[in-house]
Amino acid sequence: MSRPMARHGETDAPPAPSRRAWVEQVMGMPVSIHLRGEGVDGDEARRAADAAFGILREMDSIFSTYRDDSDLMRLRREQVQVSQCSPLVEESLRLGQQAEVLTRGAFTTLLPTGDGDLAFDPTGLVKGWAVDRASVPLLELEGVSFCINAGGDLLIGAHRDLATSGPDAILWRVGIEDPLDRQRIASTVTLARGAVATSGTAARGAHLYDPVSGELVGRPGSVTVTGPTLLWADIWATALFVGSAATREAFAAGATDYLSTAL
Amino acid sequence: MRRIVLWAMSTLTVLVLLFSYNTSRSSTAVVAAEARQFTTTSKSSDSSGSTSGSSSASSTDSSGQEPADSSSDTTTDTTTGTTGDPATGTTGDASATTTVDGDAVMTRFGNVQVKITVADGKITAAEVLQVPWEDRHDQMINSRAVPVYNEEAVQAQSAQIDVVSGATVTWEGYTQSLQSAIDRANI
Repeated sequence: MSRPMARHGETDAPPAPSRRAWVEQVMGMPVSIHLRGEGVDGDEARRAADAAFGILREMDSIFSTYRDDSDLMRLRREQVQVSQCSPLVEESLRLGQQAEVLTRGAFTTLLPTGDGDLAFDPTGLVKGWAVDRASVPLLELEGVSFCINAGGDLLIGAHRDLATSGPDAILWRVGIEDPLDRQRIASTVTLARGAVATSGTAARGAHLYDPVSGELVGRPGSVTVTGPTLLWADIWATALFVGSAATREAFAAGATDYLSTAL
Repeated sequence: MRRIVLWAMSTLTVLVLLFSYNTSRSSTAVVAAEARQFTTTSKSSDSSGSTSGSSSASSTDSSGQEPADSSSDTTTDTTTGTTGDPATGTTGDASATTTVDGDAVMTRFGNVQVKITVADGKITAAEVLQVPWEDRHDQMINSRAVPVYNEEAVQAQSAQIDVVSGATVTWEGYTQSLQSAIDRANI
C-alpha cells in the first residue's frame, strides 16, 4: 500500500501546483530553493530566489571559516575588532551564548580549529540563521510556498495570505534520511510552515564536537528537530545528537515549540 | 490520492491510536498523551506502522509544563489506558483493509479526531479528520508536526517526497543524494 485511503466520498486531490527549483553551491553546500504555487514561473519569483541566494552568500562572506577575508577570520586573527565587523557578528556572539546556555553546554560556539586550539566558531548556528534570513524575499511572493534546503537542513514557508490548511494549502512532505542508508527514507513529516534540521554523521563522518568530552562525535544515527526557525532547529539537533539526558531535559523545558525524533 | 496530513499539537500531544478489531464489533480507543517526548523510532520495531509513542527510555513526561501563552479553555485529556494490541485480535478476514473513524478526543485545544486505516491486521495509516485550530492563523502551530515512522515512508519513492532532510551533505556527496534527484526533476 503506497497511499492512505481517500476519505469517504472524496475524489482524488486536485492537480499539484506548479513547481520550480534552483540549486547553487553556497557555504560549501548544495542549497536548493523550491517554489510551489501560482506565479512561480515569472521574473518576480526568480528575482526573489536570487535575493535569497544573495543573502546566503553575504552570510558566507561574513562567517566562513574557509575564507581568510571573512569578518570572522579577520576577527580571529585580531585584525579587526567586533565593532569593526558586520553587526551580524556581534549578534552571532549573542546567539552563540544564548544557545550554549539553553542547551546547557551541549551546543557551543567554542570549537576546535584543527590546529589544536579552540576558537569562536558560530558555524553550527550560522547556516540555519542564514536560511531564516534568506527566506525574507521569498515570503513576499504572493500565492507561493517555498522550501530552502541547505545541505539537508531546510525551511518551509509561504506568503502570509496562503492557507496553512484546507484545499488551498501547499503542504511539503519531508522525508528524513535513514542514517544507515541515505538512499532510503526512514520517516516523514508533513509541513505547511516550519524548519527541519537533521544532525548526524552519516554524510561527513565524525564532525560534530562534543564539548563535554572534547572529542568529535562519530556514533551512528541522527537526530531531527522540527520547529518554527531553522536557527534553533539546527542548534537543538546538534545539541541533542552530541548531548545526554540532561540535554533532552533542557530541550523539554526550553524549546516548547520544537519537536525531535531520533533515528 | 490524498496524502497523509499530520498536524501537530503545540504541547506535543502525541496521538496513539489503538484499534482492536474482531468480526462481531469494532471498537476504537484513542489515546492522547501530552508529554514532551524524545521519541525514538526503533529500526528493529515490529513494523506495525503505528505512530511512534513513548518508546524511548529517556522520554520525559512534562505534562505539567504547558506553554504560558496557551489560550485554550478546553480540558486536558491525558488518558493513558490501552485496550489491547493493535488489531492482533483479528478473527475475521485478516487481509481486509478497513478504515475506522476514531472517537473525537477532547484535547486542550479542542476536539481531535483521527481516522486509521488497517490492512492485514496492521495500522498502515493515520489521518487526522478534525483539528481544533482550523480557525487559527497561527503559523507556529502549523509548523509543528509529528514525525511518523510508517511502512509507506520506508518504501517511498522520491516522487512521493517533496524534500529530504538528512545529515549535512557536502557538494561532493550531493550528487548521490535523494534530494539531488528531486532537485533535478524540478529545475
